Amino acid sequence: MRPFTFERARSPAEAAASAARNPGAKFIAGGTNLLDLMKLQIETPLHLIDINALGLDRIETAPDGGLRIGALVRNTDLAADARVRRDYGVLSRALLAGATGTLRNKATTAGNLLQRTRCPYFYDTNMPCNKRVPGSGCSALDGVSRGLAVVGSSDACIATHPSDMAVAMRVLDATVETVRPDGGTRTIPIAEFHRLPGDTPHIETALEPGELITAVAVPPPAGGTHIYRKVRDRASYAFALVSVAAVIQRDGTGRVALGGVAHKPWRVEAAEAELPRGARRVSERLLADARPTRDNAFKLTLVERTLGSVLTEARS
Amino acid sequence: MPNDQDQRAGERAAADTGSTPLMPVGFTVNGKAASLTLDPRVTLLDALREHLRLTGSKKGCDHGQCGACTVLVNGRRVLACLTLAVMHEGDEVTTIEGLGTPDSLHPMQAAFIKHDGYQCGYCTPGQIVSAVATLEEIRAGIPSHATADLLAAPRVTEAEIRERMSGNICRCGAYSNIVEAITEVAGGQG
Repeated sequence: MRPFTFERARSPAEAAASAARNPGAKFIAGGTNLLDLMKLQIETPLHLIDINALGLDRIETAPDGGLRIGALVRNTDLAADARVRRDYGVLSRALLAGATGTLRNKATTAGNLLQRTRCPYFYDTNMPCNKRVPGSGCSALDGVSRGLAVVGSSDACIATHPSDMAVAMRVLDATVETVRPDGGTRTIPIAEFHRLPGDTPHIETALEPGELITAVAVPPPAGGTHIYRKVRDRASYAFALVSVAAVIQRDGTGRVALGGVAHKPWRVEAAEAELPRGARRVSERLLADARPTRDNAFKLTLVERTLGSVLTEARS
Repeated sequence: MPNDQDQRAGERAAADTGSTPLMPVGFTVNGKAASLTLDPRVTLLDALREHLRLTGSKKGCDHGQCGACTVLVNGRRVLACLTLAVMHEGDEVTTIEGLGTPDSLHPMQAAFIKHDGYQCGYCTPGQIVSAVATLEEIRAGIPSHATADLLAAPRVTEAEIRERMSGNICRCGAYSNIVEAITEVAGGQG
């Protein structure tokens, strides 16, 4: 690891102000992704702001009947919360499909949203990567791309977002609450939180420098059948090749989002109008602008079949 | 107070970096208070192994992929290689050394011996700490990917144990014996 200075923050506003004051600063919460990347010198913060003592670790029932999930709520605790298990099953299932018990005990709600890609070329510091070194090129385009993005990608980057939780948050229409270095707060819809790579794949979210996530809110329960189906190379402890988060109502209408196919959780609201007409119609709309590589074109078929399986389960 | 060895290690680290200020941190390990002055880069695992000489927790991959460094922090299993020691002010850490001793084995340690739940033994401390926490998590009603009904209490089944232990890798492939050991302890405590 490169040297850094370390600070224990005492309030969210103080943490954000400190991040703006210290160039090269990063917040650290669970640290399960950041410390791994620091050991590889892919992340090289000059200053770490430990936010674990900020008290953002509660799940509150919001006045509108939704939930306000503190940024520091651990993945284990969110998945196990009785309200989440009862009313937001897709979120509980997505969390439990990710990582392992030891990692989920540490990993936080906000940190999960901010995970970096597991593209092998992002991790290989001997290879060009526009996300790691802007302007250096994308090794994945002509490289091993089996696990990488098929839609929403660019000539600069075909990385995927690795999170399962974020796919469920997208299907639930979550919002991300933040505090800025000047103490002001704002709410970012999850649809606008993660960015597509375009020609700036190193800019992954709508967060501004120093801006700190304080909570993630989900609207009142939408009812319906909640399903998270993850297809991966191993039965456990592997990232998704394709995943489907779905909330399906009794009349066949509903919402779906995909993981493992794009730089962000992939949802096309217009495609959901096709849900009563079956998986093929929906996946054609979801993947209308797909640009797969030779290695990952199988994901187009896999999306349709996984979605088909999910819709069958929802009807049963 | 830091001992001479810690002091020297800290000074070496500071010399390597030029200017990283050392930081004091205090936590308890296996019930005993530990006060260290550390380069903030020192992971909890290195603090345990190199500074406190508790070498039971193993460094396998050092990237959170193998589980050999699993310890309990405030009763929850975590990977000691993926957390900084200075982030644990006031915490209670339990390592394999705190679970049992050769003269007074933890039931999980005894079950691993009885069922031959290892070959080379390198992953074993992490497996045992993780296994103890796994049964606690099932008892606490925390669901897993293998839990069929999110609204029912999870049960101790082979599928649950295998899913919950999937972060502890055994290159010797002693998994079936590990599952037997955990199943026996679960039965005895259930």
